Amino acid sequence: MRTDKKTPYLFLAPYLVLFLIFIIIPTVMAIGLSFTNYNAVQTPQFVGLTNYINLFTQDTIFLQYVLPNTILFAVIVGPVGYLLAFFLAWSLSQLTRLPRTILALIIYSPSMTMGVAMTVMWRVVFLGDQSGIANYVLTQLGVITEPIVWMLNTQYILPIVIIVALWSSMGVGFLAMLAGLLNVNAELYEAGAIDGIRNRVQEVFYITIPSMKPQMLFGAVMSVVGAFQAGNIGVMLTGSNPTPQYAAQLMVNHIDDYGFTRYEMGYAAAVSVSLLALIYVFSFVARKLFSAKDE
Amino acid sequence: MAVGGTKVNPKKFHKNQIPLYLYLIPIAIFMGAPIIYIINHAFKPMDELFAFPPRFFVSHPSLVNFRNLFQTTAGASIPISRYIFNSLVVTLAVVFLSILISTMAGFALSKMDFKLKGPVFEVNNIALMFVATAVTIPRYLTINTLGILDTYLAHILPLIAMPVCLFLIKQFIDGVPNSLIEAAQLEGAGSFTIYRKIILPLTKPAIATGAILAFQSVWTNVETSNLFTSSEGIRTLPFYMNTLTSVGTVQGQGMAAAAALIMFIPNLLLFIIMQSSVMNTMAYSGIK
Repeated sequence: MRTDKKTPYLFLAPYLVLFLIFIIIPTVMAIGLSFTNYNAVQTPQFVGLTNYINLFTQDTIFLQYVLPNTILFAVIVGPVGYLLAFFLAWSLSQLTRLPRTILALIIYSPSMTMGVAMTVMWRVVFLGDQSGIANYVLTQLGVITEPIVWMLNTQYILPIVIIVALWSSMGVGFLAMLAGLLNVNAELYEAGAIDGIRNRVQEVFYITIPSMKPQMLFGAVMSVVGAFQAGNIGVMLTGSNPTPQYAAQLMVNHIDDYGFTRYEMGYAAAVSVSLLALIYVFSFVARKLFSAKDE
Repeated sequence: MAVGGTKVNPKKFHKNQIPLYLYLIPIAIFMGAPIIYIINHAFKPMDELFAFPPRFFVSHPSLVNFRNLFQTTAGASIPISRYIFNSLVVTLAVVFLSILISTMAGFALSKMDFKLKGPVFEVNNIALMFVATAVTIPRYLTINTLGILDTYLAHILPLIAMPVCLFLIKQFIDGVPNSLIEAAQLEGAGSFTIYRKIILPLTKPAIATGAILAFQSVWTNVETSNLFTSSEGIRTLPFYMNTLTSVGTVQGQGMAAAAALIMFIPNLLLFIIMQSSVMNTMAYSGIK
């Protein structure tokens, strides 16, 4: 539509101002702070790349626990969670309306249990004594003889955190892919059959995915972000940061540990920037895979 | 029907669908079980919370956990009603304002031509990947600079601009026919009238979706209370619930389950009411 020069900016201004103040400026500040030594009281001192060098060469906790945990967590909850979301959405799209809506609602509902609700739920399930339902079921099945103190046992914390994160990961991206699947033109499948497509797997790769690339990409970006955002689950479930022996320590927790426990803001900022860079790399790969532009 | 057998959105049940149910139902049970369990837990009286072996379902439902939850607070200096009031104010403000600014910005980005259009949308797309927890510290510094620490604004302002809301709403507005807008312009309608009379009514599904996403981000948010406020009287319900749930006793457990339910149910109801609008919006959600 035609407008004068000012109008678009008038409509954009409120969003843009808040977007700048609370998203862009903090990100830029984080990048700036990451090159300094800053304890929240004195003026930041410029220290160049020292924080990054320390992070990737000296910080044994980061290198031994945080980075491997984060990558394992992100790969399972991100790509694996994403494939699972697509698979579930694809299966659901082939059901009739009512059962589809009910099942989709049940599968989506865990993603609404953020924060308190999620913590309480899983703490009760993984209670460390015999009154916990997980211990009880496993004892009954004969898998274990003694109740496991789940939240203190370093062997189990990370797997539990990953399961809980996967459980809650069927969110907006999952819904977007389901909607995308339902909107693929049915004639395409008929045309595909004429062109020699013989089974469902071929249909998925030659028809379904190419015709819903935009939703696939949106879903992928949401999965990646969700995977990195879910980093607080370990701290919430165990009730401590750092998690017992750093067993489920992820980058998000490392940032809080340095920023709010030790007040090493410059160093924490360097971890933040590395985290944002990692998210960007993951999303960049997703874009390369599903971009509809270059065709 | 296609030879491959993929039949999307079928009208009737067919035996081909049975294998799908065979794995979808167990998965749905796994997804739903913790939620059903916590709902039952919230209504269990003390002896059932203690019971061994633990029972999944409640046999004599009671409201004792909810009563405990509200009575514990009666003794404290700040009554629970204060936290509820704070949460309502903050939630309503964030939902309303984020919808207002996202629809305005979405209208500009979708239907108007201006120099910065491409770059602004691209930056917003990149910001979809923004993880707020990563930049908590600089956010604290900006809020401090603005002088709004320990006020309602510290809860509200940081959450209003939601890249994913703007993105979904803008994509949806793309589907509003230009001819409608041109016709309105011919009749002399200004940009604001078009926004109010055409864009808002025609993008209701996207508005509903944006409202749900905004609601979810603010209703359960503990961080703004934790980090940007210091006086108890200004903090919100999830913060208060969080302090309660850290109590490890069995009585605490029942209360925690009741608290979890109170936080979760509004989310669920809102989504159930608006689910068809959400699916409608998601059809436009693709990134090109």
